[in-house]
Amino acid sequence: MNIAILGCGRVGARVATQLGASHDITIIDWNSSSFERLGEDFEGRTVLGNGIDVDVLRAASVGQADVFIAVTDGDNRNLMAAQVAKHLGVPRVLVRVYDSERCGIFSQMGITTVSPTIGGARRLYEMLVDSREDH
Amino acid sequence: MYIVVVGAGKVGFHLTKSLMAEGQEVLVIEKDGEKVDRIIAALGGTAIQGDGAEVATLELAGVERADVVAAVTGHDEDNLIIAQVAKGRFNVPRTVARINNPRNEFIFGQLGIDATVSATQIILSIIQQEIPEHPFVHLLTLQEGGIGFLQLHLGQDSPVAGKTMGEISLPQDTAVPLLIRRGVPIVVASDTMLQAEDKLIAVATTRQESTLRDYILGGEG
Repeated sequence: MNIAILGCGRVGARVATQLGASHDITIIDWNSSSFERLGEDFEGRTVLGNGIDVDVLRAASVGQADVFIAVTDGDNRNLMAAQVAKHLGVPRVLVRVYDSERCGIFSQMGITTVSPTIGGARRLYEMLVDSREDH
Repeated sequence: MYIVVVGAGKVGFHLTKSLMAEGQEVLVIEKDGEKVDRIIAALGGTAIQGDGAEVATLELAGVERADVVAAVTGHDEDNLIIAQVAKGRFNVPRTVARINNPRNEFIFGQLGIDATVSATQIILSIIQQEIPEHPFVHLLTLQEGGIGFLQLHLGQDSPVAGKTMGEISLPQDTAVPLLIRRGVPIVVASDTMLQAEDKLIAVATTRQESTLRDYILGGEG
C-alpha cells in the first residue's frame, strides 16, 4: 500500500518505521529535524512542508495514496489536512484527535478519528477495575 | 442577532466593536486571558476564555442559539474547524471564516464554509482594479455555489470585439449581464454589440472562470 503520514512526531515516526518494511511510505513534517526520529534504516520518502497547504500535499503525491494518516500535535491541523487529502481523492483517511467531542461530525464526512484520550482513559479505567478485582 | 466571534486579535477586536456599535449581541471566545480582559475593559463586551474549536466552550457560549459564528483567529485550520463544528454540531445558520493564507480560499469553499474573508485577496482585488492595464479582475466570490463576479476589459484584439452577444456563445455556467462603456452601465441584450474598451461584468462558476477569460480576452489575459 501507498501510505502518506502527516506529522513525524513520536507516533508518526513509529507508524512510519513499523509500516516501512512492507509499504511505500511518504512522511510530511514542517520541521526537518523531526525526520531524525525515523532512524537511518528508513527507506521511505520525507517531504518538508506545511501539511494543510494543498500545494504541499499535491507535491507529496498524497492524491495517489491509499491511506492518509494525520498525527501532528494539532487537532484542527489534522482535521483540515484530512479533509484536503479526502478532497484530493485519498480513499481512507485516519486522524488523531485529542478532543473526542469534535469527532462526531467528521466521521460523517468519511474521516476516521482515533482519540488517544478516550483510548487511554478506558485502558487506565480497565487496569484500575482489574486490579481491584484481583484483591 | 446573536453573533459569536472566535478570536480576539486585531480583527476580532474591531469586528466586535463595530457589531456592538450596531446594537448586535456579541460574545467573544478567546484563548488568551489578557485579550479577554481587553475586550471586557475596552468595549464593555462579553468574552469568555477558551478554545473556540472545543464543543464544551461553544456550548458554554450558547452557540446553539447563535445566528452567526465568525471564526477570525490567525490560524486557518482553527477557523475552518470552528466553523465546521458550529455548523455540524450546533446547526448555526451562517458561519464565516477568516483566511490568512490566500491559497486556502478555494479549499475552504470546497469544504462547505458559507463565507470566507481573505484580507490578502481583498487588497489584491482593489489593487487590480486600480491598474488600468489589468484586463481581468476578480471582483467578488460568493462561496455558496462557488460563484465569482469578474470584470473583463476588452482590448482591440479581443476575439469578441465587434460581435453582438447573440453572435457569440459563452462557455457553460457563465453569463455577462452587464457592461460598462465610457463609465455608463448598460444591461446586455442579445443585440448588444461588444466594443474594445468595454468592461464586461461577468458571472461564472469558479471552475469556468479561466475558460470565460480565455474566450473573451483571447487567452492572453
